[in-house]
Amino acid sequence: MGYENVTQSLTKIIEMKNITKKFGDFVANDSVNLDVFKGKVHALLGENGAGKSTLMNILYGLYSPTSGEILINGKKVEITNPNIAIEHGIGMVHQHFMLVKPFTVTQNIILGQEPVSKMSVLNMKKALKDVKEISERYGLYVDPNAKIEDISVGMQQRVEILKALYRGAEILILDEPTAVLTPQEIVELIQIIKNLTKEGKSIILISHKLKEIIDAADFCLIIRRGKHIDTVVVPETNEEGLASKMVGREVSFVVDKKVKVAGDEIFSIKDLVVKDNRDIVAVDKLNISIKKGEILGLAGIDGNGQTELLEAITGLRKVESGEIKINDNNITNNTPFQVINKKISHIPEDRQKRGLVLDFDISENTILENYYKNPFARKGILNYNNIRVYAKELIDKFDVRPKEESKMARTLSGGNQQKVIIAREVSNDPDLLIAAQPTRGLDVGAIEFVHKSLIDQRDNDKAVFLISFELDEIMNVSDRIAVIYEGKIVGIVDAKDAEVEKLGLMMAGGGSK
Amino acid sequence: MIETILSNLALILGTTLMYSTPLIYTSLGGVLSENSGVINIGLEGMMVIGAFIGAAIGYYVGNPWIAFIGAGVAGGLFGLLHAFASVTFGANQVVSGIAINFLGIGIALFLSRIFFEGATMTKSIQLDNKMPRPLNGVFPDGSILNTIFDNQYATVYLAFIMVLLIWFFLYKTKYGLRLRSVGEHPTAADTLGINVMGIRYFAVIMSGVFAGFGGAAMSLAIVSNFRPTLISGHGFIALAAMIFGKWKPQGAMLACLLFGGAQGLAVYLGQFDINIPTQLISMLPYVITIVVLIGFVGKSSAPSADGIPYEKESKY
Repeated sequence: MGYENVTQSLTKIIEMKNITKKFGDFVANDSVNLDVFKGKVHALLGENGAGKSTLMNILYGLYSPTSGEILINGKKVEITNPNIAIEHGIGMVHQHFMLVKPFTVTQNIILGQEPVSKMSVLNMKKALKDVKEISERYGLYVDPNAKIEDISVGMQQRVEILKALYRGAEILILDEPTAVLTPQEIVELIQIIKNLTKEGKSIILISHKLKEIIDAADFCLIIRRGKHIDTVVVPETNEEGLASKMVGREVSFVVDKKVKVAGDEIFSIKDLVVKDNRDIVAVDKLNISIKKGEILGLAGIDGNGQTELLEAITGLRKVESGEIKINDNNITNNTPFQVINKKISHIPEDRQKRGLVLDFDISENTILENYYKNPFARKGILNYNNIRVYAKELIDKFDVRPKEESKMARTLSGGNQQKVIIAREVSNDPDLLIAAQPTRGLDVGAIEFVHKSLIDQRDNDKAVFLISFELDEIMNVSDRIAVIYEGKIVGIVDAKDAEVEKLGLMMAGGGSK
Repeated sequence: MIETILSNLALILGTTLMYSTPLIYTSLGGVLSENSGVINIGLEGMMVIGAFIGAAIGYYVGNPWIAFIGAGVAGGLFGLLHAFASVTFGANQVVSGIAINFLGIGIALFLSRIFFEGATMTKSIQLDNKMPRPLNGVFPDGSILNTIFDNQYATVYLAFIMVLLIWFFLYKTKYGLRLRSVGEHPTAADTLGINVMGIRYFAVIMSGVFAGFGGAAMSLAIVSNFRPTLISGHGFIALAAMIFGKWKPQGAMLACLLFGGAQGLAVYLGQFDINIPTQLISMLPYVITIVVLIGFVGKSSAPSADGIPYEKESKY
């Protein structure tokens, strides 16, 4: 059919024409065109840092474009601030939620357009009534009196959507809406999107996840490094087609992995008990062991003790009882420094908080664990020449972009931040590499790279411990899969015999040993 | 026996109210500024200029209310300066505040030398031209209520009314909601079309006005002139009270009463011939400030964006 034919009979409500945005020398958007149609879902696909969010911030009036024009219902408009965008019926749900944490759901929804009685005094009764009304109309149920800091991320997202609807939005921009959601919440969100389009709302869906674009979108604009690549009709394409346009080359979804016989046991945990921040037992007499040349995947739903387990191994949390051993050395309650020196490396769950010092440059981040050793330091004085040479080597080897060791870690895209961490950790030549959620928030190209790095470790006869909430990832990458539920291992299976349904059941606590 | 205890308590309570008052005004200023996300360490300097202008206008004009308002305006101008540096130019708010503290005492002394024949101390305001005492002589002589309220100036009662007003403003009006949202998450407020810069300007200027009132409550009521050591740290105590009060007007008020109470106790103990040097006793309020901040505040809940300049077009 083709894009032109399909869209002929539809009502155009937004046209963005030849939008260019520069930040200094950096071109974030380069002549991008986008049309949005009434009652349709238009996806915006691109790798991290491709310029999707920038384009939407322009539409929402947060950035002003360097050149180009925007038409709404056929009329040219200047959107210089969010107020004007709101007036034109544009609402935005940001990737990082724009919610005031100590405020209630209702306060957040009405903020900026508060119903008042005399003298600007808030009319909370009317506010509650209004919020209830729209939440029922679109099937977006929330507790209007709950504080944002007390509700789940999925609920917070509903509040964001309600905020836009409360302002009479006809066009909703959803910026990476599923990045923070659980699989169940994603299903619910896609249903919400369908309800909204049924009511005549138009949706712009920013994403780098192909599956949800296929599931939810009608059209898809693809941008790569700020440039307009193509607009496609989603039902006429598939994941592979979208992926190759997004990355600019063919992408393989199947992890390339040779059969390998694992060696001797190198790492073991016996009867480990760890408490969480609330002093409740989170890891409950847990036992696992990992062999040389093996990837052990830990499957489980978030909050079943994974974080506490990791922190206990890496020395970040106190072990109540039990034993952790590597190469026959007992490392129970060792400090992180000691753990690193026992040849354990760690790709942490939160790469921005624990993986990198965001305000250090790449070269400094590559030596965080070895800064005191030769050749990086001598007699306590850092040798920056050697550090830079080393960083350059890693940047080349792990293809970190941009190829400048003096770039601040903060300015890198998520995928490249992860590459810096992997480069640092793998270069320590660890006997055990722990990778926690290593591909969270990454695009397909970067995911491929991360998986390859893990498998390389295994092929070099090292042990790898992979913790992930993504079952697909666990099944594709691991050799053996352990399932954790309420702090206990409820089952261990060989990856080649694993079935999704069975694992899913065990993850929900329904499995048997 | 019981009567002596009661009348002593009444005496302490009376001095507590008196000494708390300047702190309450000033800490309310801090509450406004910091809830909008701007740290105001310059409260001390704003209080100093308020105290001087209050005393000067009080002496020359002779009307305490005009003097009081003049002090607020002077403090507000200093607030404007702080807003200009830290909101418009995104300067470090602590540095700007420190500069304002030096500027406050400097300008006050400079003006004092010009208008009071080279003296660093202003001339005393006549007793009739000081703040009125609304409950003076209302209660019978020697009664407990008389001991507490007889000598309280109008500024004392006004301070408590202000606490109520600021509380109502912050938590019950739409502008209060917006002001707090700007201090917690300015980007969120901005995306909803709230004028972040405008609200911060308003809040910082008002914090100067209230600190100015605080200074004047000192120089127009508790004493009757301005001298260089008059404020000596009260702005900082008010700042501490605001933090101890968890950035809330009612909490700040209670904290100010505690610090005022310490001062009241110091004054009360000072009249006895006990074997403790008076210098040590006068340290009491400051010692309590430190102890309270170390021991009881813990990780308290400052507005999330407190102290962070807001830049609109930053690429996050």
